[in-house]
Amino acid sequence: MIRSDILESIAPVIRDHLVVCNIGLPSQELFALDDQPSNFYMLGTMGLSSSIGLGLSIAQSKKVIAIDGDGSVLTNFGTLPTIANNVRDNFILLIIDNGSYGSTGDQPTYAGLKTSLASVAEACGCENVVECSAENTADEIQNALNSNQMTIIVAKCESGNIPVEVIEMNPVLIRERFMAEVRK
Amino acid sequence: MSINEKIVDDLVKNKIEFVTTVPCKQLAGVISVLENSDRVTHVPANKEDEGMGLCAGAYMGGMRSCIIMQNTAIGVTFNTLATLIQYYQIPLPMLISYRGEVGEKVACQVEMAVHTKALLSQLNIPTYHFHHADQVEELDAILNHSFMSNKPSAILTDANFWRTAQ
Ligand SMILES: [Mg+2]
Repeated sequence: MIRSDILESIAPVIRDHLVVCNIGLPSQELFALDDQPSNFYMLGTMGLSSSIGLGLSIAQSKKVIAIDGDGSVLTNFGTLPTIANNVRDNFILLIIDNGSYGSTGDQPTYAGLKTSLASVAEACGCENVVECSAENTADEIQNALNSNQMTIIVAKCESGNIPVEVIEMNPVLIRERFMAEVRK
Repeated sequence: MSINEKIVDDLVKNKIEFVTTVPCKQLAGVISVLENSDRVTHVPANKEDEGMGLCAGAYMGGMRSCIIMQNTAIGVTFNTLATLIQYYQIPLPMLISYRGEVGEKVACQVEMAVHTKALLSQLNIPTYHFHHADQVEELDAILNHSFMSNKPSAILTDANFWRTAQ
C-alpha cells in the first residue's frame, strides 16, 4: 500500500473529526479522496502539521487528527518533545512513513534508512506510540479514538504517488470553513 | 505593577489565551509571569516556526495566540510567516526581544539586529520598536490592531526598553 491507499482506508474513520493535513501530496490526495470542511489543508509550511494539530487540541476539546509524513516530522523534530510534554488526550498524530520525500520526487528520507520515528517519539517522552502496517492504520486510529489517550501512530507504507490536482481553494476559505466546523 | 505584569495584563485584556515562547534573557521576567498565570495557557516551543504552528492551531481552535521570541530567529520563521500566518490571514502578535541594539554586550547579536527591521519590512509586517519603558503604553492598541487586521505584528523590545523598565 502507498500513502493514498492509507488515506482512502482511513477516510471513513477520520471524516467526523478535525483533521490537519500535511503539505503537498497528502493534502491533495485527501482533498481528492474525501474533501470535508473539517479538513485543514496545509498549502505551505512543511513540518508544522503536528504543531498546528497540537495547538488546535489545546484550544478546544474536539478530537484532532494531524496527518504528517516522515519527511515533515524529520524537518520539525522539535515538535515531538513539545507533544510529549503537553499531553492532550484529544490529539492523535498519524505519521505516514513511506521512507521518502513523496511530494518532491520520492527521494529517500533517513526514516526509511536507520532512523525509527517510533523510537524517537518514545525517546522524546511520548507515552502511546504505535507502529503499524499500512493495512492496520484505520484500526489503529479507531483504537486511539476509543482509548481517549493521546497517541502517536507511525504507519509504514510503500513510497509512491497517485496523480492528483493541486488544491485551488482559497486559503482563507479553507481556514474559515474549518473554523466553522470547530465551532459547531 | 512590574512591566512584565503589565505586558501579560495587556495580552489578557486583548483576549489572548495561548502564548508560546522561545526564551531570551531579556524576556525571562515576562515568561516567568506567564508561567505562573492561570489566565493564559503557556506552551514553550523548541523553535520559533514550531511555535507559530502551535499559535495557528490554537487560533483556529478559538484561542487568540501570541509568540514571544528573540529577533535572531526571524529568518527561521520567514516561510511560516509568509505561507501560514499571512497566507491564511491569521493574526499573530510577536513580542520580540530586540537583541543587538544599543546596550548590547554580545557583538554577534548586532549581526542579526542590523537585518531585523529589513526582514520584517520585506514581509510587510507592521513593526513597532519599544526603546523606552513608557512605550509599553502602546502595547494594548498594537495588539488590538493585530487582531482587527488579521495580520502578524512585531513588537521589538530593545535593551534600553528593558533597562528603563527596571
Ligand atoms: Mg514521506
